[in-house]
Amino acid sequence: MKALEVDDLTLRFRGLVAVNALSFDVAEGEIFAIIGPNGAGKTSVFNVITRIFPPSAGRIRAFGADITAISRHHVVRHGIARTFQNIELFEGASVLDNLLLGRHRFNHGGVLAQIAGLPRVGRAEDSSRAAVEDIIDRLDLSPFRNAPVAGLPYGVRKVVELGRALATQPRLLLLDEPASGLNPEETRDLAFWISDIRAELGITVVMVEHDMSLVSAVADRVLCLSMGQRLAIGTASEVQGDAAVIAAYLGT
Amino acid sequence: MRFAYDTSYAAARRRLRYPAGRIAYAVLLAALLAGPYVLPKFFVGEAAALFIGCIMSLGLMVLTGFTGQVSLGHAAFAAIGAYAHVNLLGLGIPLPISLAASGAIAGAIGLLIGLPAIRVSGLYLAMVTLAFSLIVEQVAGRWKDITGGYGGIAVPDPELFGLTLGGLVPFYYLCLAILLGLLLALDNLLRGHIGRAFVGIRDSEAASHALGIWVAGYKVLAFVISAFVTGIGGGLLAHQVQYVTPEGFSLNLSMELTLMVVIGGLGSLRGAILGAILISLLPTAISRVKLILPASLAAQFGLETFVFGLVLALFVLFEPAGLNGRWVKLRTLLQTFPLYRRATFVRGKTYAKSERYR
Repeated sequence: MKALEVDDLTLRFRGLVAVNALSFDVAEGEIFAIIGPNGAGKTSVFNVITRIFPPSAGRIRAFGADITAISRHHVVRHGIARTFQNIELFEGASVLDNLLLGRHRFNHGGVLAQIAGLPRVGRAEDSSRAAVEDIIDRLDLSPFRNAPVAGLPYGVRKVVELGRALATQPRLLLLDEPASGLNPEETRDLAFWISDIRAELGITVVMVEHDMSLVSAVADRVLCLSMGQRLAIGTASEVQGDAAVIAAYLGT
Repeated sequence: MRFAYDTSYAAARRRLRYPAGRIAYAVLLAALLAGPYVLPKFFVGEAAALFIGCIMSLGLMVLTGFTGQVSLGHAAFAAIGAYAHVNLLGLGIPLPISLAASGAIAGAIGLLIGLPAIRVSGLYLAMVTLAFSLIVEQVAGRWKDITGGYGGIAVPDPELFGLTLGGLVPFYYLCLAILLGLLLALDNLLRGHIGRAFVGIRDSEAASHALGIWVAGYKVLAFVISAFVTGIGGGLLAHQVQYVTPEGFSLNLSMELTLMVVIGGLGSLRGAILGAILISLLPTAISRVKLILPASLAAQFGLETFVFGLVLALFVLFEPAGLNGRWVKLRTLLQTFPLYRRATFVRGKTYAKSERYR
């Protein structure tokens, strides 16, 4: 089964075509990178998959299920989690609460059960906490566990956001420029974590990324977009050698 | 210096983690219970009014402090609660049921307001709620059968199981019990995943969607809970003023509630309580201070409004996190002494938000 199938996807904002009849699919367990010049429509693809924008045409399937027309907050039920290019953390909450919010989709009891403070609410809370602690361990976040997000350095925020996406227990992880703004050391850590996430948790990863060193280090296949269209698809070296890709990046 | 040693996750989420906190709250509770026997009569009445202010402030805090939805018309929900309570009591319904039903009616109206309000946020939501409260005030003035019009309507004495609670002391305990009950219930709710979802919606709607939070649903839920709590506060307020008129629920009350949650510190129940205490006691404090002020100053018209405005301006300028923020800093200073650094609470740079999908 394919983790993600994008079929003839088009996203139009009035006259502007952000994504143009794009088709690609991602196999389960694959690490798939989307590259392209600025404004190529990379993030738009993510935004359509997570239903921030409704597609103008085309279909999207995740693990065989059609997700083209579901509600935004149901996307995560299909095992899809994402991070954002400009970090969308909950600034007013601690790192722990941010990660616990990733567990929102799991049952913690209804409003009345919460108000009454039933024992099962406490048990659900504890099991969420245990799951979150695993992630804190995996991503070396323990020094920041109780720190408010508002005061954290940029690199740590990126990792917290990755952790929050992992807390939803996804099968497909969409990472929007995970390495932007990270220093080389942090980028190496990230490459390590991404391959770890695939190898140990069996999560399929699709990432939008500009850092070709990261892409060539971890990605099985690379899709290059330009003007919302597919320029090339293949291994990192194939795509980097493609004449159309070189032309798009360097100009003709 | 105090370290958190928790041996289980259940221990980590206890409400009061340290013996010092447990002792402090036990002392506070004992003081509150002993209050009516120690305090002069005047202060017992003031304290009951204060508890009612705390209840309404808690209601607004859920909406404004946790989900970040500004309401400038929360007095309307108090009014709905008050009028509903008076009428239900008039039908012979016992006090606890009537009070809960008034809260439920206010909550139902909150649902009606919350449904269209999820489409607007910020200033526009403030305008919607403001308009709503003006409408409620007008309706209360005109709908004579239910509200007695501008002339007002008398409130029967509170009765519980045949005992009258009309006296200052029983009413004090009634208000205290309801405040504590609501506080515990809200604390349970907001410390759990629903409270986290509220905060999530406040801080980033885009991320909330992606995590599976039904943003519209939770926004409306916050409206309902907030209106429910404020409605109960309104029902008690009716007993306290003993004669309900539309003027009692004017913009003034809405503004006071807004001041309470902002000065108390948005996003914390403790802040709602602290803010309510400060704002409720300010008029009394001003009238006391007036006695010792020179006559030319004390006789100035609008002294109260001026002091209210000044307090708000000073808080916004110097302590945006409100009284609760100050409290947290003080507590951290004591807990981490001598390692406290001022920089701990200096806000980090806020990173680019230009591409937020609001």
